[in-house]
Amino acid sequence: MEFFTISMLNGLSYGLLLFMLSSGLTLIFSMMGVLNFAHASFYMVGAYVAYSIARVVGFWPGLFIAPFVVAVLGAAFERYCLRRVHKFGHVPELLITFGLSFVILELVQLIWGRIAVDFPPPEVLRGPAFTLVNSSVDGMHLLWGAAPAAMCSSADAAVRIVCSPFPATRGFMMFIALVMLVALWLMLTRTRIGLVIQSALTHPEMVEALGHNVPRVFMLVFGAGAGLAGLAGVIGGSTFVTEPSMAGAVGSVIFVVVVVGGMGSLAGAFVASLLIGVIQTFAVALDYSVVTALRSIGVTLGPAAADSSFLKLTIAQVAPILPYLFLVLILIFRPKGLMGTRED
Amino acid sequence: MKPPANRYGALGPRDLIVWGIAAAAMLVAPWLFSSGLAVTMLSQMGITIVACLSFNMLLGQGGMLSFGHAVYSGLGSYVAIHALKAIGGGTLAIPVSLIPLVGGFAGLFFAVLFGFVTTKKAGTTFAMITLGISELVGAMVLMVPEFFGGEAGIAANRVVGKAVLGITFGPQIQVYYLLAVYTIVCTAGMYAFTRTPLGRMLNAVRDNPERVEFIGYSTQRVRYISFIIAGFFAGVAGGMYALNFEIATGEVVGAFRSGLYLFFTFLGGATFFFGPIIGAVLLVLSFVLLSEITKAWLLYLGLAFLLMVMFAPGGIASLIMMNWRIAKFGKLRGLLAGYALLALTGAVGFFGVAAMIEMIYHLQLNADLGPTLRFAGVELNVQTAASWLGAFAVALVGFGLFELARRRFALRWGEVQGQIEAAIRAREEPA
Repeated sequence: MEFFTISMLNGLSYGLLLFMLSSGLTLIFSMMGVLNFAHASFYMVGAYVAYSIARVVGFWPGLFIAPFVVAVLGAAFERYCLRRVHKFGHVPELLITFGLSFVILELVQLIWGRIAVDFPPPEVLRGPAFTLVNSSVDGMHLLWGAAPAAMCSSADAAVRIVCSPFPATRGFMMFIALVMLVALWLMLTRTRIGLVIQSALTHPEMVEALGHNVPRVFMLVFGAGAGLAGLAGVIGGSTFVTEPSMAGAVGSVIFVVVVVGGMGSLAGAFVASLLIGVIQTFAVALDYSVVTALRSIGVTLGPAAADSSFLKLTIAQVAPILPYLFLVLILIFRPKGLMGTRED
Repeated sequence: MKPPANRYGALGPRDLIVWGIAAAAMLVAPWLFSSGLAVTMLSQMGITIVACLSFNMLLGQGGMLSFGHAVYSGLGSYVAIHALKAIGGGTLAIPVSLIPLVGGFAGLFFAVLFGFVTTKKAGTTFAMITLGISELVGAMVLMVPEFFGGEAGIAANRVVGKAVLGITFGPQIQVYYLLAVYTIVCTAGMYAFTRTPLGRMLNAVRDNPERVEFIGYSTQRVRYISFIIAGFFAGVAGGMYALNFEIATGEVVGAFRSGLYLFFTFLGGATFFFGPIIGAVLLVLSFVLLSEITKAWLLYLGLAFLLMVMFAPGGIASLIMMNWRIAKFGKLRGLLAGYALLALTGAVGFFGVAAMIEMIYHLQLNADLGPTLRFAGVELNVQTAASWLGAFAVALVGFGLFELARRRFALRWGEVQGQIEAAIRAREEPA
């Protein structure tokens, strides 16, 4: 039970982090038709910039400054590079973001080095947010903060007590993502600029005719999307590892999220993010394979079959490829994606 | 520029000359560059030419941007290396010279399998699915060590079986000639494909899929069949790779290699048939030579790619063809001075930027070797402000002058284009 709860929360927090990335990606895609290949690179830049700021003035200022820096970089890229290739069509647009991801990776390695940097979360977030204490006598109860060691062990050998802590960084990640989600939703539906963005999604010419500067709206959305990725980077970088391969690790997963959720659907991206976050988190913890499954239903295999590495693969080992399998299955059975409307 | 399509798709005398020259060049090349390194590089060029051309069947001719082309060449390599091992073990009785074909059929098989899913869509979604498949296969490498050999990969020996006419494929030069034959045949095959009805339909699917559907073709099937053919040629390239290197490791199916195909096909020029050939030659040159010269070569490549996408989306091939047109109208001589000036100022600016990049790399990687480094004959000290300011000033002056030269050149260029337009109009008007 406590395994399920903690894994679920971990999965949800990872899913929400994925949504911070995929929401920006989806917004940019549905506005400009550009799938920003460098989106995960902005995530990485956010983490590294925050790391540098945190070394000088601490984590909290970095949490606000780094996304802003990344947003400015993103907007500048849109203004000076992406807009220039817009007239050539979608493939060059995709290619220029692909080239950018390549250059950013090299520049990050050039500036911060090729190995992981030490970017710890702030002091407040280092411990667990709460601890689930499951005792075979008292049942399960929740304890804020870390549980004292005395509570997690019992003098009586017959009483089994398990303490499952939930890291505060994960809780913080969920909190920031939810705040961001609500803010984004309010901005898109309740403010004037949100309305302009929404209408520019479907009728850019009309919006332009009404006197709004649509290219500037594009630039702002691109910058904001990059900024969100940067914010996710600050949190992701301090929770996980800040290293040059972090962009590649999360990059292809968010593309899967966007395709599975349905290209251009924000709600679809939300559902797909959570789904993939939860699936991946649970899969990593499950140590079952075809061999153990067969054994549990009473089938004994010959020595050759039992030794086959294909059958011995555990779910935990295949966890990294589950999102891609999911992608292929979705495309076969529901080509639009979960909530997509586009059929192309 | 494609030669004018004559009605029967037959080769004109001009085509025969071009192909003859290409074949002769491949035949003579190892005599001109006879060192071991050169022959190795020439062999690799043959492999990458086939791979990039097959990639361009998708990108240039079909408008399909694939991020997973190395899957088909790489799986071709793996199957070919297994076949080579089987020949060595005596369980498979085919000549070693047919190994690339084995790779080809493997590529074809996997393209039939994966292409069914990927070609359901076009455009951005297609790109994303190919990326997913590429990740999937890349992750498989470590999961199924029986087939992929894990981290170490699978090695085989190509000097097996009976020697035919004294050819054992032991010496690199013999392999080179075999690969050259495959390169020529595959290039001719892929060129022929562009002139078949299917090849033309593929162009139509790229340019206006909606209209193609109206005429009664299934765009999905056109994409699927073309994808399979491209997979076959990619597999041949993979088989050539297996024969040349006698090893297949996880890297051959990896995303990095797929990215490289994309990079260099685009740099060479996706809109012309011969563009990817230029790209493939550049790929091998930069991999073997540029990586020796500087540690920052990937950064330079990335920047070159960005500039290319922004300013010359047709790649090097389109630049050549633009100047070819000017030369045909006899106007190139007037532009040469402008080109020289651009090249000179650009080189100065690049020198300044490159000096700074090299200094940063030096700080990052070789700081323990002391503060000085030699760059293009100049002694730079990363700890003195003079080096940094000097490099910055050189870059600033170079690019400033470059911008001035560019403006004058752009004017001149416009003038020349205007003259050419006028000449064409004058020619078309009835005398």
